[in-house]
Amino acid sequence: MFGRLTLDAFKHDAIEMGANYSMIFAVLLAIGLLTYFRVWGRFWREWVISLDPKKIGLMYIFVSFIMLFKGLFDAGMMRAQQAFSVGASHGYLTSDHFQQVFTAHGTTMIFFVGMGILFGVVNLIMPMQIGARDVAFPFLNSLSFYLFVVGAFLVNLSLLVGEFSAAGWVAYPPLSGLQYNPGVGVDYWIWSVQIAGIGSLLSGVNFLVTIFKMRCPGMTLMRMPVFVWASLGAMILVVFAFPILTATLAMLTLDRLIGTHFFTLTGGGNPMMYINLIWAWGHPEVYILILPAFGIFSEVVPIFSRKRLFGYASMVWAIIAIVFLSFVVWLHHFFTMGAGASVNAFFGIMTMLIAVPTGAKIFNWLFTMYEGRVRFETPLLWFLGFVIVFVTGGMTGVMMSIAPVDFQVHNSLYLIAHFHSMVIGGVVFGFFCGFSYWFPKFSGFKLDERLGRYAYYCWMLGFMLAFMPLYVLGLMGATRRLDHYDAETGWQPLFLVALSGIVFIIIGMSFQILQLLVSFRDRKKNADLTGDAWNGRTLEWATPSPPPFYNWPVTPEVYGRDAFWAMKERKTQKPLQYAPIHMPKDTAMGLYIALFAFCVGFGLIWYMFWLAIVGVVGILACLIIRLADHDTTYYVSVKEIEKIEAARLK
Amino acid sequence: MEQYHGSIKTAVIGFFWSIVLTFAAYLLVVEEWLHGPVLVIALISLAIFQLLVQLFFFLHMGHEQKPRWNLIVFLFMALVLLIIVAGSLWIMYNLDYTLMPHDMMH
Amino acid sequence: MRHDPHAEADSLTIFGFWVYLMTDCLLFGSLFATYMVLHNSTHGGPTSKELFSMPFVLVETLALLTSSFTCGLATRAASLNQKKQLFFWFVATFLLGALFLGMELHEFHDFIKEGNSWERSAFLSAFFTLVGTHGLHISIGLLWMIVLLVPVMRHGVTPLSMRRLTCFGLFWHFLDIVWIFIFTIVYLMGVS
Repeated sequence: MFGRLTLDAFKHDAIEMGANYSMIFAVLLAIGLLTYFRVWGRFWREWVISLDPKKIGLMYIFVSFIMLFKGLFDAGMMRAQQAFSVGASHGYLTSDHFQQVFTAHGTTMIFFVGMGILFGVVNLIMPMQIGARDVAFPFLNSLSFYLFVVGAFLVNLSLLVGEFSAAGWVAYPPLSGLQYNPGVGVDYWIWSVQIAGIGSLLSGVNFLVTIFKMRCPGMTLMRMPVFVWASLGAMILVVFAFPILTATLAMLTLDRLIGTHFFTLTGGGNPMMYINLIWAWGHPEVYILILPAFGIFSEVVPIFSRKRLFGYASMVWAIIAIVFLSFVVWLHHFFTMGAGASVNAFFGIMTMLIAVPTGAKIFNWLFTMYEGRVRFETPLLWFLGFVIVFVTGGMTGVMMSIAPVDFQVHNSLYLIAHFHSMVIGGVVFGFFCGFSYWFPKFSGFKLDERLGRYAYYCWMLGFMLAFMPLYVLGLMGATRRLDHYDAETGWQPLFLVALSGIVFIIIGMSFQILQLLVSFRDRKKNADLTGDAWNGRTLEWATPSPPPFYNWPVTPEVYGRDAFWAMKERKTQKPLQYAPIHMPKDTAMGLYIALFAFCVGFGLIWYMFWLAIVGVVGILACLIIRLADHDTTYYVSVKEIEKIEAARLK
Repeated sequence: MEQYHGSIKTAVIGFFWSIVLTFAAYLLVVEEWLHGPVLVIALISLAIFQLLVQLFFFLHMGHEQKPRWNLIVFLFMALVLLIIVAGSLWIMYNLDYTLMPHDMMH
Repeated sequence: MRHDPHAEADSLTIFGFWVYLMTDCLLFGSLFATYMVLHNSTHGGPTSKELFSMPFVLVETLALLTSSFTCGLATRAASLNQKKQLFFWFVATFLLGALFLGMELHEFHDFIKEGNSWERSAFLSAFFTLVGTHGLHISIGLLWMIVLLVPVMRHGVTPLSMRRLTCFGLFWHFLDIVWIFIFTIVYLMGVS
C-alpha cells in the first residue's frame, strides 16, 4: 500500500527539520492569510483557474521567487560550509547533506527559477508585443504552469518526506543508478525534472505556434520586437532539445525501476551515453535561459538611450546563428571524458564560434547607447552590470573552449565562476532589468528608483565578492563541490571573501523586497496613468496599465518596426469599431491533470505502483473529459468592452 | 485554411510504392543479395525513399500554402536529429578509441 | 477582417500538433541513437540475428503500412462527409493497428519467456525501449481512435471532429514512418 514509504522517511537532522518547519510555517501563513481576508473564492476564480497569460506569467514569477529564496539559502549554506570547513574543522554539514544541498541548489536554480522566470516573462510580454490577446493554446499554458508547480513541489516535498538527490543537478550515472543510489533521492530529482520538463516542452510548442501564427496584421517577422525574436529562438531550442531530456530521464528511470542496462556498469550499459545525451539537451538549455534575457536588453537599452536599437537585422541573425550553433557544441561539457583530439577540436571550434553572435549583440547594444541621451535609471544599471559580468564570464568560456585549457580547469571553481557569471550576470540581471522596466505595466505604478539602485549596487558588489575569488580558486586547483579542504592550500581567505559576497546579495534582495513594499505604499504618487511609463516603442505600451484581460478592444494593425512609436508619431486616432471578442473560458483542468501527474511521480518514487496507475488513468480521463467539452470559449460582448474601456478613461 | 486531404489516387500510389520499397529492403537482406557497408547504404536509402514517399503521398507535405511552416519546422527537426544521431555515434565510438572497450572491463 | 473561429482554430491546432510530432521525432531519435550505440552490447546474451524472425516482422510491417493507407482513406472520407466509408476505413485502421500491436506483444512475450527480457543486456534494454515506446504510441493511437469514433458516429463530422481526425491522421502516419526506421535499423540491419 505504501510501497517503500515508512516513518523513517520523516526522520531528518536539525538543519533539515529547521527548513521543514519554515516551509510548513510559510504554507500555514499563506493559508491563514487567505482565510483571514476571505479571498479563497477570488484566489480560485481570478488566479488558480485563469487562462490569462498575464496571470499565468505572474504566477510563474511568484513561484520562481519562492524557489529563488530556497536556492539562495542553499548557496549560503554552501558558502558557509566552504568558508569554515578547513583542516581540522569539518564545518557544520555532513558530506551527504552537503551533496544534497549542491544538487538541490543547481536543480532549483536552473529548472525552477531560470525556466520559471523565462516562461513568466514570455507569457506576460510576448502576446502583447505581437498584438495578440493570448497564446495559441491557453489551456495548455495553464497545464504547463501546473506541471512546473508540481515539479517544484516535489523538490520541496523531498525535504520533508525522504531525501533529495545527492548526485548533482545533472545526475550522472553510475552514481545516479540503482547500484550506488538505491534510495528515493535520485527518483525525486528525476520526477521533479521530468514533470516540469514536459510542462516546458508543451510551452515551447505553445509559444512557437503563437509567434508563428498569431501576429497581428502587418507584423511580419522582421517587424517583431527583438524580445519576440529572442523568445522564438528560445522556444525553438525548447522544442528541439527537451525531447532529448525526456528520453534520457526515461532511460535512467527504466534502469532504476525495471532493471534495464542503459547506463549501468554491468550488462553492457554505457554511462557515457547518458552524459552525451544529457548535454545534447543541456547545452541548448543554457541558451534557452539566456536568449530571452538578451531580448529584454534589446527592449530596455533603446528606451533608456532614447534611441532606436542599433542593427536590428544583425540582432535577428545573431539569434538565428545562436539557435543553430547551440546544437553543435555540447561535447565541451565533457572534453576530459575520453574523446580523441579530432572530436575535441571540432566541438572546441564550434564553441568558439558561438561567442561571435553573442559578441555582436553586445556591440549592438553599446552602439545603441552611443550618442543616445542615456537615462541611468535602474533598468539600464542592470544592463551595465550585465555587460561587465557577462562579458567576463563569456571570455572565460572562450578560454575553456580550448580543450587543453579545459583539461586544467574542468570541474574546478573556475568553471563554477564562469557559469554563474553567465546565469547571474545574464539571466538574473536580465530578469531584474525586465522586472523594473515592465513592473509599471502590470501594476499601474512605478517602482521606487532609489531603492532599486541600492539593490543593484548590493547585487553587483555581492556578485563580485562571491564569484571573482572563485576564478582565482579554480586556477589554484580548487575542485567544485568540495565540502572540506586542507589548510595548506591557502584557499580559506578567498572562501571567506566569497561568503561575504552572499551577505551583500542578501542585502540586495532585502532592498528589492523593501522596494516592493515602499512602492506599493507610494503607488498613488508613482502611478502610471497613460500606460506608457517610459515613452516606449513596442505595442505593450499601447495598453493601459494594467491592461484589460483581453489586451486590445480592437486588434492593432502594424506598419513597421517599433509599432507603438509609429502610432504615437502618426497621432491619428482611427475611430474604433468594437466587435465581440472570442476568449477562452477559465478552467481548473490543468491543475487536475498536474495533480494526477504528481500521483504518477510520487507513486513511482515510493514504489506505490497503484498510485502511479491512478495517476495515469486520471490524466487520460481528464484529457478525454476536456476533449469532450465543447463549451470552452465565450464571447465578450461589445457592451462589456465599452464598459471596460470607458472605466479606464475616467 | 482548407486542409488538403488528397485523392484516392495519391493514397494508392503512396501505398504501392511503400510496399515495393518495403519488399525491396526485405529481400535484399533475407536473400542476401548485398552485404556489408553497401547493404547498409542501400537499406538507409530505401528507408529514406519510403520516408519521402509517405511524407509526400500520405502527409501531403509540400501541399500547404505559404508560409510553409510545416516544412520549415520539419527540415529543422531533421537537421537536429541528424546532428544528435550522427554526433552521438561519432562521440561514443571516439570514446572507445582512447579508452579500453567497455566489454573488456568485465 | 472576417473572424472565422473554425479556420483559425484549425490552423493553430493542426500546426501545433505537427510541432508536437516533431518533438516526438526527436524523442525517438534519442532512443535510436542509444540503440545504435548499444546494439552490440549483448553481454553474452543473444544477438539480433539470433532473436528476430524476419517473416513475422514483415507481416507486422505490412499490417501497419496498410493501416496507414486505410487511415488516409478514412480522413479523406471524413473530409467528404461520407460517414459510412469513414466508419469502414477507420475500423479497418483500428483492426490492422491492433493486429500489429498483438504481434509485437507476442514477439515480446516470446523473448521474455526465453529469459531474454530487457534485463538481459544493454542491447535488449535498448530494443525493448525503442520498439516498446513505438508500441506505446500505437496503443495510445488505438485508444484515441475509439475516443474519436464515438462522437463522430453520434453527431457526424463536425469541424471540430474533422480537425481532430486530421491530427490523428498525422499521428498515425508519423508512427508508420518511425516504424520504417525501426524495421530498417533494428530488424533488417540486425539480421544482416
